[in-house]
Amino acid sequence: MAGYILKNSIRMFLLIIAVSIAAFLLMTYSPIDPLQTNVGQTALGIMSQEQIEKLETYWGSTLPPLTRYIQWAKDFFSGDMGISLLYRQPVSDIISQRLSNSIWILSAAWILSGVFGIILGMLAGIKEGTLLDHIIKSTAILFSSTPIFWFALLMLMLFSVWLKWFPIGLSVPIGVTAENVTITDRIYHGILPSFVLSIAAMPNIILHTREKMITVLESDYVLFAKAMGKSNQQIFIQHGMRNVLLPAITLQCASISEIFGGSILAEQVFSYPGLGQMAVTAGLGGDMPLLMAIVVITACFVCAGNLLADVLHHIIDPRMRFGKGNKI
Amino acid sequence: MILDMKQITISVNNTILVEDFFLQIASGELVALVGASGSGKSILAHSIMGIAPKNVVCQGEIRYQGEPLTKEKKRDVLGKEIVLVPQNISYLDPLMKVGRQVAKGKKDKISMEKVTKLFQKYNMHSSVMQRYPHMLSGGMARRVFIASALMEQPRLVIADEPTPGLHKEMAQMVVSHFREMAQMGAGVLMITHDLELAMDCADKIIVLYGGKIMEQTNAKSFQSENTLYHPYTKALWKAMPQNGFHTTSVTHPSKTGCPFLKGCTKSKKECMKNIIPYFQKENSIIRCIDAGGKEICF
Ligand SMILES: Nc1ncnc2c1ncn2[C@@H]1O[C@H](COP(=O)(O)OP(=O)(O)O)[C@@H](O)[C@H]1O
Ligand SMILES: [Mg+2]
Repeated sequence: MAGYILKNSIRMFLLIIAVSIAAFLLMTYSPIDPLQTNVGQTALGIMSQEQIEKLETYWGSTLPPLTRYIQWAKDFFSGDMGISLLYRQPVSDIISQRLSNSIWILSAAWILSGVFGIILGMLAGIKEGTLLDHIIKSTAILFSSTPIFWFALLMLMLFSVWLKWFPIGLSVPIGVTAENVTITDRIYHGILPSFVLSIAAMPNIILHTREKMITVLESDYVLFAKAMGKSNQQIFIQHGMRNVLLPAITLQCASISEIFGGSILAEQVFSYPGLGQMAVTAGLGGDMPLLMAIVVITACFVCAGNLLADVLHHIIDPRMRFGKGNKI
Repeated sequence: MILDMKQITISVNNTILVEDFFLQIASGELVALVGASGSGKSILAHSIMGIAPKNVVCQGEIRYQGEPLTKEKKRDVLGKEIVLVPQNISYLDPLMKVGRQVAKGKKDKISMEKVTKLFQKYNMHSSVMQRYPHMLSGGMARRVFIASALMEQPRLVIADEPTPGLHKEMAQMVVSHFREMAQMGAGVLMITHDLELAMDCADKIIVLYGGKIMEQTNAKSFQSENTLYHPYTKALWKAMPQNGFHTTSVTHPSKTGCPFLKGCTKSKKECMKNIIPYFQKENSIIRCIDAGGKEICF
């Protein structure tokens, strides 16, 4: 088991390096010129050549890409994430603050979409072909083809603008000092973004669980359970649930990437100062150290989710269980 | 009669899968239902137990110990008096320990003791109870199924292909357990495509082809070609190794008329008629207009 985890961790480390290289290349060759974006065409026009050169060094565009990447990687993996070019603050500070904002809505969305997605998927699968199944299935399909930013805007208009139930944006009330922000404030501001995120992540898990439930109920072992005289309820508890939960939980662990992806758009719409919004700012502003750090940290979360899925699968599923005594 | 079925027709979306089937099993009797793959054996077994998929419609009369086998009746007897012995490991839940599955999901002491005893009886160490299905060998899985059939006193045992994948001695041993069950007073329906095995152990053999009974006869009749009357049964007999491996080039069973229409050397115009009656001759019931004997009706 330990060896397995080690092997996978190494693989994921290499993957993360690859992701960072890809992000770096995209940044380097993106049409966005950090000088023009952050200093502005007019300001550049009135600057002396010397000043411009200084700025260019600051934004890093004079170094050859390879040197620049190696420098970044050396610092990063020795624990120094660097200084954000836009904010002139240590990247680690910015990230920890943004991450603590995001982690609330991300985990809420992950848990909500998992719990309700699995329940609804099972329900639809058990009632296959009935009205309830049709409603759940078509709603899931509808939502899986709805762009998340559009849905986020709709929710914002409905609940914040018209009904005024929820704040329009941000993660804390305006004009309140950090010490006076209560947990209720945070929850209040997080409800709408996490709701939108969980709705966006749910169709996938619903449809997958439904499909699996149907396969399980058509399986030979359920047929044999029926032949043993077990009631539908007994069949669901003894066989259906367990066999469906296993792949569903695995899928949910592996779907962390989608939640992160969705958060970029949702946070943008809700002006929620989280990691996703920061990624957009850093990307558009050419803030290399900040964006690279966000990319690598996000990739770490996604990889950890996948590893967790794998390990859970090996622990729960006797066919894949680690250790001896497995074969006769 | 433990089981008495007649005029059974099974269809799916108006496609007939099994037509005008009959079956009688007395206490202590082992009846073999023999047929090629796809001839409708499993769907018959499932229909008797009422566990076939919803789109499968089964019409006709099924009596169990003299009474109609209704839905309510099935609820009472399924898994207790009427038991299924399935084919392979896929009939066991991969995530549940074998012992618990044999105990029908129960964990109480009495059930577990019973399982332990049955496992002992069939030469399985009690540690097998703690295994998951994928850790069982093919022969062991079969013994697990047999043990599960004997958790209570079965009156009717339906074994759907209980032997494929087993070597000969193992298959014969499995079959001998069914004989034992019959000796204990149960009626046993053994479904198989292994005619030789059926000859060895059964009292009565029913030959199914294309969803239709071709011939029902005593197992002894298969000792000689002369006591078999249906051309299809004769062809099966000739195809057996000890009788020379003469295989007839039979394609798919014909959908209309006699299923053996295309393979039969004596087929004539009347064989294409959709309803071919049964004829009785000595101890056999034959569905062939050429067999002679007395026409009968169920
Ligand atoms: N639920 C079903 N829906 C449609 N066709 C079915 C269904 N179950 C079985 N069949 C068809 O019925 C025929 C007999 O199947 P089966 O009883 O499994 O045969 P056997 O057990 O003799 O091999 C096959 O042609 C199969 O395709
Ligand atoms: Mg079959």
